[in-house]
Amino acid sequence: MIFVTVGYQMAFDRLVDAVDLWAAAHPQAEIFAQIGPSELRPKNIPFTAFMEPVEFTRRVEECSVLVAHAGMGSILTALQYGKPILVMPRHAAKGETRNDHQIATAQQLGERPGIEVAVDEREIADKLDRLSNLSAPPKISNTASPELVARLKSFIDGTD
Amino acid sequence: MTETNSTEETTPPTKVLAIASGGGHWVQLMRLRPAFADAKVTFVTVRPTYRSDVPDEDFRVVPDATRWNKVKLLMMAAKIFWIVATVRPDVVVSTGAAPGYFAIRFGKWIGARTCWIDSIANAEELSLSGEQIRPHASLVLTQWPHVGEKSGVEFAGSVL
Repeated sequence: MIFVTVGYQMAFDRLVDAVDLWAAAHPQAEIFAQIGPSELRPKNIPFTAFMEPVEFTRRVEECSVLVAHAGMGSILTALQYGKPILVMPRHAAKGETRNDHQIATAQQLGERPGIEVAVDEREIADKLDRLSNLSAPPKISNTASPELVARLKSFIDGTD
Repeated sequence: MTETNSTEETTPPTKVLAIASGGGHWVQLMRLRPAFADAKVTFVTVRPTYRSDVPDEDFRVVPDATRWNKVKLLMMAAKIFWIVATVRPDVVVSTGAAPGYFAIRFGKWIGARTCWIDSIANAEELSLSGEQIRPHASLVLTQWPHVGEKSGVEFAGSVL
């Protein structure tokens, strides 16, 4: 199962459309998409606008790979569950977000195992063709780095 | 840190207001929870469904808004003001964005120590909210060493 997610704040039709188009040519692929506040009605994949956190977690657990915007919620969740994730950054110029921070996020985190970056719709299709090459990332813990936790704790305790 | 023994049972735990908007901001706040282990925490966010992430904790919801919707932003600010004024936290911690900005401004008024942890999504420079809260927060942390070097903000690990 491929789980597509774009977060809840804004639609990301360019990504959903690209996956929908790819799905038309790959009817055997099992896909489910969470498409956010969008007018889009994908023709070839089941979808929902939003989902509760509990269902979101279940979808992530059940999927073999995530396809998502380069949002930290999606990326951190994929890493927590040890699922490979293919991300496409939103572009501010296309009205998909307010600034281009997702491009930098994708660049920095695309180096990590299990995180694959597609710069545009064409690359999404190419990389969907080669999904089986994507290896699962090592599962990360449910907590921040010990260094950050310790720093914050000392601040809270007033011992810093 | 105060010593924990039976004679000090009357020392109340530190009151922490942990606040974040939705998506990645909230996911990052959740990853910082071990730092709140000895504190009495009030979690504040914008989506009621996130209650399931902290079922046994004090959990409050404020209206969702971004800096581009002034009316909703004002409603958000009013609700956060009310929460800060009634909870009277000793410490305010936020991973962004707009709700954290307000909570830190109001928290400072009541004498709370305040910490802004800039989202890991800001891999190139400090976020706009981060820049704006910098003069007001007791502590600002970035999650990227190179952003720290560039902006002069402390780096102390990341949520990853």
